[in-house]
Amino acid sequence: MKRKFITLLRIIRAGFQNFARNLTLGIAAMAVMVITLTILLFSVIANATFIHTIEQITDKIDISVYLKDSVSEQRRDELITDLKRNENVKSVNYVSKEQALEIYKEQNADNVDLLVAISQTDNPLPASLQVKPHNPNEIDAIKQYLEQPDIKELQSDETSYSGDRKEAIDKISQATTFFREAGLVGVVVFMIVSMLIIFNTIRMAIFNRRDELTIMRLLGASTIYIRGPFIVETVVYGVFAGVISISLVGAMFAVSASAFGASSLGLLDISYANNFYSSYFWLIVGAQIFIGVAIGATSSFVATRKYLKFKTSK
Amino acid sequence: MILLDRVTKVYNRNNTALDRVSLHVEPKEFVIIIGKSGAGKSTLLKLLTREERQTSGKIVVGGVDYDKLKDRDIPLLRRKIGVVFQDFKLLQNKNVFENVAFALEIVGYGNKEIIHTVPRVLDIVGLKGKEKNMPMELSGGERQRVAIARAIVRQPKILIADEPTGNLDPKHAWDVIKVLEKINKYGTTVLLTTHNQEIVNKLRRRVIVISDGRVVSDKANAEYRH
Repeated sequence: MKRKFITLLRIIRAGFQNFARNLTLGIAAMAVMVITLTILLFSVIANATFIHTIEQITDKIDISVYLKDSVSEQRRDELITDLKRNENVKSVNYVSKEQALEIYKEQNADNVDLLVAISQTDNPLPASLQVKPHNPNEIDAIKQYLEQPDIKELQSDETSYSGDRKEAIDKISQATTFFREAGLVGVVVFMIVSMLIIFNTIRMAIFNRRDELTIMRLLGASTIYIRGPFIVETVVYGVFAGVISISLVGAMFAVSASAFGASSLGLLDISYANNFYSSYFWLIVGAQIFIGVAIGATSSFVATRKYLKFKTSK
Repeated sequence: MILLDRVTKVYNRNNTALDRVSLHVEPKEFVIIIGKSGAGKSTLLKLLTREERQTSGKIVVGGVDYDKLKDRDIPLLRRKIGVVFQDFKLLQNKNVFENVAFALEIVGYGNKEIIHTVPRVLDIVGLKGKEKNMPMELSGGERQRVAIARAIVRQPKILIADEPTGNLDPKHAWDVIKVLEKINKYGTTVLLTTHNQEIVNKLRRRVIVISDGRVVSDKANAEYRH
């Protein structure tokens, strides 16, 4: 037990020694790993941010059905019930003439003239139904229903479908898909590249120390004792790469937020991204380091398996 | 202690390095194996340390049947056998003390044990006071004695010395042989390969002659003539 513990400590120490000895090659390996992890983290955050933005805008989308003053309460309730029967309708909210006026006043609180003008007439605003769809891309059924002549008759104004918002959603959806796909390709490509580089780094390290490794084997060092330090070395790469990539992405958001003095960068809502980054910080730290370590350990595992021959030939 | 029963080793189909070699070595014996280069001496030793695997036949060392030995147990086997190589195989970037300590480190000895054990072994091989020297600063004979110290520091039951004097001048060669005799006296089985006639004749121990992969003679207190 004690021997195993001492052996473990020696393996770890040897791993760090290897790391220091092998630093020039190690820096290259780490750099590629940093790129991989940065792309990965950035894609994840961008993806989450876009999804959030879409949700937010989707939530704002509604269909405003303006009712004539002559529509009876009963007819109105029928209309609401009918609308609610539609699968794509999430909610129907009735806004009375009085509420509409209140909202109007609030929205124009700065414009005294307008407020004065409106207070001198009868309430000119129509009552309306705010219909929220589940999926803003499929509001045709609702539209069809609202355009039936007998329903159309009840409406005082043209129904508003928030068309401009839908366009924004389409744009962001496209960006999301693009980022997700480009991110995935980038992550896969760089993951393979970093694995190859680490693989070669370890191969070089094995080659440089082949005499020592041969002697170790002949003296009866266990497989794990010979192999362990190489794996520890790449685990150290992984930890460093994870930490560096997290700092890079964090700095990137902080700098862009302050440099542009804006809460968003194009379609990317920086303040949400920042928020996402800080609220999942420890999860991100854990995941980045875990992935870095996994990349490192896997490739050094394969490299040591290939280049440190443990089997005797028959 | 060591048992070989009709052991054959064939490299690449038609290159037979060992051909049905049978021999038996008792505990605490000192056995010299002689033969020309290419006769199969090194192959025999490599089979014992499991650097190579026999093509057929049975090998049992210290109660371990090599047919039943799993790859992952090879390190455990090698810890029970001390090996000295013709080319020393010392770590050039470590000093004498560290080279010997290395054999203990890799099997998990604590630092205290190492500090306690290594000087005593260096004393046995006559290298007291050379602890801090690097291998490059030593003569061939001294280097070989470092290698012997490393081989015996874990107190193996068997010591295999593969032409340990091959690269040494007669005086240094004899120093090395005397160390081996001393170790044998302490109770370690020693297997020595050499083609130094003078050493064989002076030692007057059991001599096994191998030629073309076969044991051609096996005599106690033997002399050796070409």
